Amino acid sequence: MTSSQSSSIETHKIPMQTENRKNIEQTEHSETRLIQTQFSEVTNGVAISRRDLPHLTFDDFRENALKLVRNNAKVVHFFGYEDDSKESSQNGNGGKIKLLALFRTNRVYRDRRYTLFAATCNAPDAYPSLTSECEPFHLFEREIAEQFGIVPDGHPWLKMVRYHPNSQGKPDAFGNDYSKDNDRNYYYTQDIPGNYPYYSVEGKEIHDVAVGPVHAGVIEPGHFRFNCIGERVLHLEIQLGYQHRGIENLIINAPFKRLPVIVEGIAGDTTVANAVSFAQAVEALTKINISDDAKKIRTIALELERLANHVGDLGALSGDVAFLPPANYCGRMRGDFLNMTLLICGNRFGKGLVRPGGVRFAIDSALCDEIMRRITELEIQVANVIDLLLITTPSVRDRFEDCGTVSRSDAHELGLVGTAGRACGLSYDARRAFPTEYYPNIDIPENAKSRGDVYARAKIRAEEVMQSIAIVKMLLSDSLIEIAPVELSFIETNFYEKDSKDYADFTPLAPDSFVVTINEAWRGELSHCILTDQTGKILRYKIKDPSFHNWSGLAMSLRDTGISDFPLNNKSYNLSYCGFDL
Amino acid sequence: MLDTLKNRIEQGYRTSKYPKQTISLPERYRGLPTINQYADADIVAKCVKACPQNAIITDSNADPNLFKANESSRKMVDMGRCVFCGTCERVSNGKFITFTQDFGYSVAEKAHLLTSGTVPDLAKHSKQHFKKLFGRSLQLRQVSAGGCNACEADLNVLATPFFDLARFGINFVASPRHADGLVVTGPISRNMRTALLQTYEALPAPKVVIAVGSCAITGGPFRESPEVSDGLDSILPVDLYIPGCPSHPLTNLHALLSFFKDRI
Ligand code: SF4
Ligand code: SF4
Repeated sequence: MTSSQSSSIETHKIPMQTENRKNIEQTEHSETRLIQTQFSEVTNGVAISRRDLPHLTFDDFRENALKLVRNNAKVVHFFGYEDDSKESSQNGNGGKIKLLALFRTNRVYRDRRYTLFAATCNAPDAYPSLTSECEPFHLFEREIAEQFGIVPDGHPWLKMVRYHPNSQGKPDAFGNDYSKDNDRNYYYTQDIPGNYPYYSVEGKEIHDVAVGPVHAGVIEPGHFRFNCIGERVLHLEIQLGYQHRGIENLIINAPFKRLPVIVEGIAGDTTVANAVSFAQAVEALTKINISDDAKKIRTIALELERLANHVGDLGALSGDVAFLPPANYCGRMRGDFLNMTLLICGNRFGKGLVRPGGVRFAIDSALCDEIMRRITELEIQVANVIDLLLITTPSVRDRFEDCGTVSRSDAHELGLVGTAGRACGLSYDARRAFPTEYYPNIDIPENAKSRGDVYARAKIRAEEVMQSIAIVKMLLSDSLIEIAPVELSFIETNFYEKDSKDYADFTPLAPDSFVVTINEAWRGELSHCILTDQTGKILRYKIKDPSFHNWSGLAMSLRDTGISDFPLNNKSYNLSYCGFDL
Repeated sequence: MLDTLKNRIEQGYRTSKYPKQTISLPERYRGLPTINQYADADIVAKCVKACPQNAIITDSNADPNLFKANESSRKMVDMGRCVFCGTCERVSNGKFITFTQDFGYSVAEKAHLLTSGTVPDLAKHSKQHFKKLFGRSLQLRQVSAGGCNACEADLNVLATPFFDLARFGINFVASPRHADGLVVTGPISRNMRTALLQTYEALPAPKVVIAVGSCAITGGPFRESPEVSDGLDSILPVDLYIPGCPSHPLTNLHALLSFFKDRI
């Protein structure tokens, strides 16, 4: 980076509200003890040999994992994978299934504030559940049981996650029957939800409301079950899996050339963040560095994605309290942001923009000027609509405030991430904690609210909208020279021209390696993991959408809330079904 | 109140004049592909290999069943599989396949998805009785069955002021009982199959079925996953195919208007 660039960045601090400053002090100085653990430190976006991951006995693995979480570490990943290699048969019990856990902690460890810790172990067929002692593992353990048939004994809430049989032909952990089709794929013989024990409440005036999978609007399928007393919700159970496409397995079996298109289909509203997470992982496993300009373009695209979604959701929130003018304005302005992405790469959602090695489209000075013109014009309109919605209209505030409140401690226990977490005072933002692309050069404010209600979730988004506009403008004005191209010849040579009959088996990735990438998608922490085998083929591709953490936040918001406030709460989170269901 | 009015004035009037006036999409937008039949064989081979969707069809890789219906020596793009990613355009440097800004590429018959650069006029291929029945009022029920939700998003925007679908008498409704047609997105995941069929059953006849997006037409990016189907038409009879990943809102609008309206 040139000095002129860095100075112009320093002058472009992103606006920040005073309430947030207090929060920094609260969170930054509270946790500073050193952690002793057998897990070892790994770095976001840096590939390491799988041999460098500590392979513990299951008991040590369990004990260290629990200790980390008790010391405020957060679970980023906890998943199973299949590994036949020789080393894997050492170390005691279990078959070819391994477990990998990865945590983030904001405790000081070797001078760095945020640190990632990882380790692996052999998976027993059944084990004493970690959830029974520590809530944050709960969905991860269910997922492992579903994918590999490994049973967490004593799990308090052992139900299917996405409704598909395990890949190992083991007895079903949930008591469903499955069978094999002509192509030797396992499938459940009964339709979803199968043997799903919905939570039930008994009593004379208790009734259940079941909604979905097909909802009233043009939205994704999912099933909601409310246990109510009169109009008040005692508990909301969210049962998903309808959008399950088998992406993680498809990635293992598909030829490499298909992968960018598949990852762009994980969640359409998070196309760019998923494509970036994939590209970073591949770049780490091929030792490719990308240009600063490519990083800038990726950052611009990530922020435009955030803008489109936040603005769209603010409009939807307005619509849900029947305040129609902002609903319509936001709907239109969301489109204006999508159309900027369309200008850059020919697709409103950014499909086709990001590829390993860089980005496919440059932003030359003419395009730069055009986007700048559009976003400057929009900025004031957006600001005024936000003002109208969140400040000057008391009836809106009345509906948003104290609606669907989640306390900071509940949010902490549930491990909420992103805007949902920040609305409850958990300031974690991967753009600050694990900055990638151009974020190391941008001063992202520490955003956090304390109320944890719909208003806080809306306000966080509104503030981030204005910040994102500032970031995009800063990146566009930074150097008005052509933001140059971008896609390395690496891609052509590696992906397309490879002259091989067995194209299906081609892989450019380093063998026997592990990499994790973490990015702040607009909903929150998005993370991809790749493990490769001794030939460089992908052994395991793990995707974690922020919604994986946050659906339980929505369920918590509904506790003791009027059922008619469900749409409002739902929109304030706007979680992804397809990103969760994979 | 004053604020609301001030805002209203600032926002202005935003509804597009389409279809009375044409709209042009930006240069990088990838609409209907054009294909240079005389492209160098090497370049063609490279593109065929590079295409993530195996959507480029030449003599060497053609499915004989599909090909009988077409002129057999032509090179074509299967728009049902294509995700408009632009890889072929880049690999061939524009010498083989290029994408135009023409967003009106939807078709009424599956065979027409194979294109060598043109598509039949949709208005002429739509079924006349549908026009008579639904030309003035068309109620659609959308079902999202797998996919990435971008297709739904670009159907949803048809309700925003810019497109304002309701001015054409077309609406998305909540109940299948109120609907004349079913709009399906996504590759029909195993877990959505029954819900989709039940929704279809709940529609009163005659019913129209519209497949939107590469997923719904062929499984799209997820094809070959055992968890998804290889296209809606293996499950239900499809009347209108709207390719894309996702299809641009104008593509959706163009398809609905051409297929159902007498004059646009
Ligand atoms: S644009 Fe379509 S035909 Fe071209 S490479 Fe992509 S999927 Fe294949
Ligand atoms: S066709 Fe493309 S955009 Fe549409 S749902 Fe499928 S993956 Fe998403």
